[in-house]
Amino acid sequence: MTRSRPSLFSLVLSLPLLIWQVAFFLFPLIFLVAISFWTVRNFQMTPDLNFGNWDRILTRGTFWDAYARTAMLATASAALTSAIAFPAAYAISFKLSERAKQWLVFVLIIPFFTSYLVRVYSLQVFLSDAGIINAFLDMFGIGPFLMLNTTFGTLVGMVTLCLPLVILLQVFSLNFVNRDFVEAAHNLRCGRLRTVLAVIVPSARVGLVIAALFAFILSFGDFVSPLYLGGGNPPTLSIMITDITKSGQQWPRAAVVALMMIGTLLTVAFGAITYAYKERGK
Amino acid sequence: MTGNRNRLINAALKLHIAACVIFIFAPILGSFVFSLNSDRFPSLPLGHFSTEWYRLIWEDPFVWAGFFNTVVVGLIVAVIATVLGFGGAYTDFRYNFFGKNIYLALALLPPTIPVVIMGLAMLAFLSRVNLSGSTISIIIAHGVMCSPFAMAIIRLRLSQMDPDLEAASWNLGGNEWATLRHVIIPFTKPALFAALFITMAVSFDEFAVAWFVSGLNETLPVKILGFLQGQVSPRINAIGSLAFVSSITLIILAQMLLRNSSKDKS
Repeated sequence: MTRSRPSLFSLVLSLPLLIWQVAFFLFPLIFLVAISFWTVRNFQMTPDLNFGNWDRILTRGTFWDAYARTAMLATASAALTSAIAFPAAYAISFKLSERAKQWLVFVLIIPFFTSYLVRVYSLQVFLSDAGIINAFLDMFGIGPFLMLNTTFGTLVGMVTLCLPLVILLQVFSLNFVNRDFVEAAHNLRCGRLRTVLAVIVPSARVGLVIAALFAFILSFGDFVSPLYLGGGNPPTLSIMITDITKSGQQWPRAAVVALMMIGTLLTVAFGAITYAYKERGK
Repeated sequence: MTGNRNRLINAALKLHIAACVIFIFAPILGSFVFSLNSDRFPSLPLGHFSTEWYRLIWEDPFVWAGFFNTVVVGLIVAVIATVLGFGGAYTDFRYNFFGKNIYLALALLPPTIPVVIMGLAMLAFLSRVNLSGSTISIIIAHGVMCSPFAMAIIRLRLSQMDPDLEAASWNLGGNEWATLRHVIIPFTKPALFAALFITMAVSFDEFAVAWFVSGLNETLPVKILGFLQGQVSPRINAIGSLAFVSSITLIILAQMLLRNSSKDKS
């Protein structure tokens, strides 16, 4: 298309989405930055240029504790989910028939359209002290184990949330691995495990890293699992945001927490993507 | 490497797939089973069969109000997101322009922002412009979150289109509008319907942003969040099971449309 004045037609098609996303996505995010400098007087937010909110949040030990806990939970969830997902994704991509593959991909899409809340509530029933798992183990005289309201519970919830997406993303990236390389490795008497580590993982690196990144992003922002499976105390950053927002008018402080989260996510995403696309063999 | 060992590893891998699927679906199936169970807090051995929880939600006027809100929001959001997504997908398909990357980033990024942050930003912004606490605020927020899905689905369909098709229409004297109406929309029709269904399903299940901005006009998922914060209530399972069945119906419809359309193309 030549460089000319955009036609009415092109504007009618392209502008609605742009306007909507600028007005209702970009503006609210910019507004979040603005209100982090506002002050609250008599339960009213007043425009201001005050660093008090930042100062108050960033000098608090509780914030940094929550920050470290959230980052660790998200990292653990991303690592755990990737480790559980990889053998499954590998088997789906390399070992299954085309038909079985399609069927499994469809099955793995289903969870996206189930309510995460309902699943977490159901997990409570599974994990609680007198719940399904402990009752089951009790038949063999084992347990009971404390699983609900622990870090373990939180991680179970996060893995439930992330696993289908991570398997799917890994499968898609593994599908692009050149099968001739794998064949060549076999012919050169490269063992199975070594083929996976030396040939398949490096060729699928971009997809694997991006899958882990998504698990990190999802877990980092999730407030449902830490709250209803982890007990919510001590809080994570997202629980902090919901608490501050729902319990009063201190939205500017919640905005500071939210911006710190966005900053962290952008840094992690940038780092992960740089790593993923780094030249092979350094 | 012996064949036997190979077979063993393959069997172990398949077992692992099965374990993952069980892990993912246990809570979903569990919720179905619990919804039909008499126990308030189910455990092993399970209590007897009961439709008590369904009766309770059937008789709860708040659940009906929530359901009504959810459906209204879902329908409107689906139409808005699909229209916006179609425009975005066609723009990406057809035009190159300065700043296109920014355009695409704005269009596609919302799902990567954590929902609590979206919720807070939406709440702060919408209450400033006096829109928070209304059904409109949920529609606005869900429009932002759903249009990327619609755009991706429609863009995928457009990439299956023979680019000569449009040129042929222009050569035959059709202007851009006529081409849009007689060539592009018919071609993308299955994807348009798929986008409608999928965005509706996404909106049906979204609770976090809706919770932040909804005020008193709660949708059903927000209601579930309320139940979850209160006492133990297996009503969640009953509502969840019904919501699951309706979402999955939408997805299967979308899937069938997309599958048929890719068949008649190639």
